[in-house]
Amino acid sequence: MEFTFDLNSIWFILVGTLFAGYAILDGFDLGVGALHLFVKSDHDRRILLNSIGPVWDGNEVWLVTGGGALFAAFPEVYATSFSGFYLAMMLLLVGLIFRAVAIDFRSKRENRTWRKFWDASFSGASVLASLLIGVALGNIAWGIPLDEAGESIGSFVGLLHPYAILVGITTVSLFVMHGAIYLVMKTEGELHDRIRGWINRTIVVFIVCYVMTTMATLIFVPHMSENLKSSPWLFVVPLLNALAVANIPREIHHGRDFRAFLSSCASMAALLTLFGIGMYPNLILSKPIVANSLTIYNAASSEKTLGIMLIIAVLGMPLVIAYTASIYWIFRGKVKLDESSY
Amino acid sequence: MDIELLSRIQFAFTIGFHYLFPPLSIGLGLFLVIMEGTYLRTKNPLYHNMTRFWVKIFGLIFALGVASGIVMEFQFGTNWATYSRYVGDVFGSALAAEGIFAFFLESGFLAILLFGWDKVKPRTHFISTILVAFGAHFSAIWIVVANSWQQTPAGYHIVETANGVRAEITDFWAVVFNPSFIDRISHVYMGCWQAAAFFVLSVSAFYLLRGKHRDFAMGSMKIAIVIAVAASIGQLVTGHMSADTLAETQPAKLAAMEGHYAASAPAGAYILGWVDEDGEKVSGIEIPGLLSWLVHQDTEAPITGLQAFDKSDRPPVNIVFQSYHIMVSIGFALIALSLVGIVTWSTGALFKARWLLWIMVFSVLLPQIANQLGWITAEVGRQPWIVYGLLRTEDALSVSVGVGEVWTSLILFALIYALLFALFIYLLNEKIQHGPVFDSAKTSGGQS
Ligand code: HDD
Ligand code: HEM
Ligand code: HEM
Repeated sequence: MEFTFDLNSIWFILVGTLFAGYAILDGFDLGVGALHLFVKSDHDRRILLNSIGPVWDGNEVWLVTGGGALFAAFPEVYATSFSGFYLAMMLLLVGLIFRAVAIDFRSKRENRTWRKFWDASFSGASVLASLLIGVALGNIAWGIPLDEAGESIGSFVGLLHPYAILVGITTVSLFVMHGAIYLVMKTEGELHDRIRGWINRTIVVFIVCYVMTTMATLIFVPHMSENLKSSPWLFVVPLLNALAVANIPREIHHGRDFRAFLSSCASMAALLTLFGIGMYPNLILSKPIVANSLTIYNAASSEKTLGIMLIIAVLGMPLVIAYTASIYWIFRGKVKLDESSY
Repeated sequence: MDIELLSRIQFAFTIGFHYLFPPLSIGLGLFLVIMEGTYLRTKNPLYHNMTRFWVKIFGLIFALGVASGIVMEFQFGTNWATYSRYVGDVFGSALAAEGIFAFFLESGFLAILLFGWDKVKPRTHFISTILVAFGAHFSAIWIVVANSWQQTPAGYHIVETANGVRAEITDFWAVVFNPSFIDRISHVYMGCWQAAAFFVLSVSAFYLLRGKHRDFAMGSMKIAIVIAVAASIGQLVTGHMSADTLAETQPAKLAAMEGHYAASAPAGAYILGWVDEDGEKVSGIEIPGLLSWLVHQDTEAPITGLQAFDKSDRPPVNIVFQSYHIMVSIGFALIALSLVGIVTWSTGALFKARWLLWIMVFSVLLPQIANQLGWITAEVGRQPWIVYGLLRTEDALSVSVGVGEVWTSLILFALIYALLFALFIYLLNEKIQHGPVFDSAKTSGGQS
């Protein structure tokens, strides 16, 4: 499919950017959550929690805004996917609720059972949310049955096919790797060395999952690579992705933790770009009746709305980036516990 | 139960739960700005202590607001897919603007507010506090724009698309400043400030009764009383404005609020009453002609009543009537209480009058109840329309969702919210019992 530079495509990119921002930023929060139970002492767990303490809520706002932007730009997609994935969405909500309150409640009491409960909630909720996000992506790539009105006619169980589960597991492994690298950057002393020892394993697990997903995609989901084949220059994206992943162990080896983290962010950005290229111009592929698919044209709001929203985005996004950057700057460096920590 | 009713119950329950928290964080945001600003000006450590204490409480409330807010955003799509398709073009932009302009601001600077005491200069911290308060107020704007638009649609036209009919925007500012927006947002803000003011009053009164943290309690109380008086009187004014607008925009709702049936006749207002919906009459204590006078400054002026509407176009009457009347009674009670507060403060009796302090301890519940009932009045009074005059609630559901699924999610939310609510109360109580004990010698940060 040829890329046409119009408002619909711009919004395809912008909504994609918001969700990618979510995956990259909240991805490490979720990864830290998944790793939480692997450190044992209360002090270390607090370090983990406080490494994301000041930023996780802001990171989640990328999801909220992405959802809002999807609603505004492509209401048909928002309606079809949120209602079509009903129970999965409810589970995701449960995950996000428990994560939010676990982070906040855990430190409020010294009691051990209390803390154990919230530790388990935090970790379980993070894994659940990562898995569901991946399963949703897997289904969108695979295609779901839609009727002529663009309504989903599948079932909850239908969403749990092997390909989607594979993408789900790959997503968990990606977030775990990303979270581990983030932690290496934020911790010091013995804890830092220990987590550093985990990195290579997380990378290997991710690469195994990733290779399997890629093969499965090439074999069973050929439409995801059509755009790539028709515009071969796009192969720079997977190439960049491979380079970025390969660069991570190198940076870690040289003790350049921040650069390793940037590499990890870059590899995620490349992965999501690849996903976007594969989907364009579809937003939800209908299977088996491809003609019922929701695209950036038949699912979009009016030109007028897309134009108004572009103004909102052009005014708002620089501010958002400025706040995000300054918050990360203020809370840069290794985590230190103090009076106001979780 | 049918899926429409279940989905409505789920929406009402989850938004009602969400709406316990935002009013407090919006209102407390204002308090934090005043307290921290006073500290920076006077350097009196008392105000530093106050700020730190209320920031802790703010953090707890905020966390629950966030956790319950995400549910709301998802639910338009999960349970009201047809509605989302219908309004997405108009009202999605408001939600997106809320995220981009308000939530990022709020959640970003909240990090500095909560964790940045020793990381940034006092002045930067104060600016963050202002931005958080501003962001909280701002986030209310966009969601209330969306809600007001569905009460009084404007700036749109109806278009036939491949996927069915929908509303499309024609004029952005007409959508934002739709006929009920200004009345509603000002009424909502007053309710938020009242919620926070009576909350602060309640905690402070409790400390005074226990003889603990006297300076802290008196200082907090003085700020709270001033805001309580202003917001309570403002609430009456903005509530009256809302009712006035209703007479033009949503006459069936206004008629339901007063149980006014006769198609066109002068109408009174009830102090108390009970609606017999089958017999189409109200028994209670009525002030004749009052509604006509409030709307038209003429006790004889006719007001459109429910009989002017087909039965299928009328909202449930008694719920709307009762919610409205309890809200208004609470409104007057809060005006009275805050005036008594300010008078006794000036005579010096306030901080000693135990009976009054006890009333204040419990007064925290009243704005919360009124806020909930206000929304019930507004939303149930809008029925059977989900978008007034354009789309019916029964036609707005998700096609692909079944009764079993909604039962599952409803039970899930009921369990989780019950747990969260119990824990919230427990932790709040613990923080209040623990009290404002910070090292007051240590001033707020500075990077030295
Ligand atoms: C922007 C949209 C929006 C906003 C800000 C609110 N609501 Fe609402 N409300 C709806 C959008 C909506 C809705 C999606 O349009 C519903 C679902 C079913 C319906 O008819 O309207 C609804 C229904 C609904 C009902 C059920 C009415 C009925 O079915 O008879 C109640 C009791 C409330 N809401 C209460 C609230 C409360 C306590 C709010 C406080 C924040 C609130 N609403 C804000
Ligand atoms: C159906 C309507 C609503 C939706 C979809 C909604 C959505 C949300 C979402 C997604 C969040 C979390 C943002 C984050 O992660 O930081 C949130 C929090 C918040 N919401 Fe709502 N909301 C609704 C109703 C309202 C209303 C009516 C108000 C105010 C009048 C309000 C004010 C706030 C505020 C101030 C917060 C920040 C958290 C807090 O202060 O407790 N919301 N809301
Ligand atoms: C003092 C007397 C009061 C009057 C005359 C009054 C009037 C009204 C009216 C007419 C509505 C319906 C507006 C509509 O559907 O368009 C309303 C809604 C509402 N009221 Fe009140 N009210 C009063 C007190 C209060 C108090 C004390 C609170 C809370 C502290 C409160 C909170 C609300 C809320 C949250 C709504 C829903 C939002 C809205 O539609 O504006 N009200 N009120």
